[in-house]
Amino acid sequence: MSRDPASSCLAATRPRLLPDEADPGAAAALRGHLARHGARPSCAGGRHHRQRLIGEVEEAGLTGRGGAGFPTAKKLRVLAAGRRAPQVIANGVEGEPASDKDKVLLSRAPHLVIDGAVSAAELTGATEAVIVAHPAACQAVQDAARERRAAGCDQVPVRVLAAADGFTAGEASAVLRWTERGAPVPTGRAPRLGRFGHQPALVQNVETLAHLALIMRHGASWFRSAGTPAEPGTMLVTLLGAVRWPGVYEVEPGVPVSGLLDLAGGTAQPSGALLIGGYFGTWVAAADVLDLPFSAAGLSPLGARPGAGIVGVLPAGACGLAETARLTRYLAGSSAGQCGPCVFGLDAIARELELAAAGGGGDLTRVRRWLRDVTGRGACHHPDGTALMVGSALRAFRDEIGLHSRGRCSGTSGAGVFPVPGPPS
Amino acid sequence: MTRRARLTVDPIACDGRGLCAELLPELIRLDDWGFPVITGAEVPAGLHGEVAAAVRLCPRLALHLEPPPPGRAG
Repeated sequence: MSRDPASSCLAATRPRLLPDEADPGAAAALRGHLARHGARPSCAGGRHHRQRLIGEVEEAGLTGRGGAGFPTAKKLRVLAAGRRAPQVIANGVEGEPASDKDKVLLSRAPHLVIDGAVSAAELTGATEAVIVAHPAACQAVQDAARERRAAGCDQVPVRVLAAADGFTAGEASAVLRWTERGAPVPTGRAPRLGRFGHQPALVQNVETLAHLALIMRHGASWFRSAGTPAEPGTMLVTLLGAVRWPGVYEVEPGVPVSGLLDLAGGTAQPSGALLIGGYFGTWVAAADVLDLPFSAAGLSPLGARPGAGIVGVLPAGACGLAETARLTRYLAGSSAGQCGPCVFGLDAIARELELAAAGGGGDLTRVRRWLRDVTGRGACHHPDGTALMVGSALRAFRDEIGLHSRGRCSGTSGAGVFPVPGPPS
Repeated sequence: MTRRARLTVDPIACDGRGLCAELLPELIRLDDWGFPVITGAEVPAGLHGEVAAAVRLCPRLALHLEPPPPGRAG
């Protein structure tokens, strides 16, 4: 049972980024955005002034919301001090099929994202802000950018670009490559460093930039008044699978995982396992995780991380091993195809998992060795993330694997649970 | 601890010809698909000649000897 994302923007506290539930479309237009948040304060000015504002971001403790959690102020400082003017790229590619938060944010609050991108451009002296938006949200962002141009809002040029398809297209170096050359493939080089003949770039997730826009308005202590001291602010999460109302919610880090699921109306069926952090995330038994705080610190005893804020609930009637094989096959097929260990290794791992899931054997000892072998061997983290997820599945579904080795399966439904796009036609 | 030069593979350039593992079995093995795994990234002093040859002879120019990272004093 799925609700329209717009109507599922509930929050534990008053939402900061997402519009109020009562009028979800209100902030999509410039007038509604300004009525809610006020005008964007300029971040342009002398070096000292900009350094002070970056200090405010540092004090706020803002971290990247694309999954890696890198401190935003560090990137801003490096680029602001660089010899060459960078470009700012707002990453709204959201290649992860389990995630919806960036699409919802871009559709419902495009001006907040653009505010953040323009602020980041001013802070770093950038020549341009490029918003790379998932095709489903691109029109809303284009409309917003047009409205701002007509109103003369921004001194920095703002360009809107539709994102490429595919899981790896959202990786930071792939987003940069897409804006520069129209090829959405990871390069293995950190965008902020630039290279000979290339402009350095600040690539930041769109949610991170929306938070930045609010920090520039309200300051660090306001930002820190939500969340935990170690993980301040609010965060967007996508809840999917066996919950009553799948969708995007704005929450404070530290809320118990069970409270998170309550926002989505609770689990629709008894749940067996949860996939925390998306397809590069960690499978955990529901009983182990429900009482833990949803934060990096709270989930660390299980080796899990919030990542890009994705929690998938596997219903008790679904086979975790079969679901893992299905996701691994998707990830193997999503390789950018550049690095041998990723191309051949993930395919081999997926094949063994498929055999094990079908009850026809599958050598999981080999899979464990291959997980170690592919880790760290790609230009991007695609093999590493896949290996983390598969490794956690081998632990979480140990009993299920035992059943399968005896030709049985606890699943009562053969249908896949989490979204897996088909191959591009 | 003295910092040594490190052996790295550019995974995009590499297409698994496997010459490096033949020339430098002390530091490189091949995985099940024939792609090099660096087993000893820090190059021991006695192997500099062999390493330089392997770097030069890689047909894809994918093997690199990275200079030691700038270490903190002390």
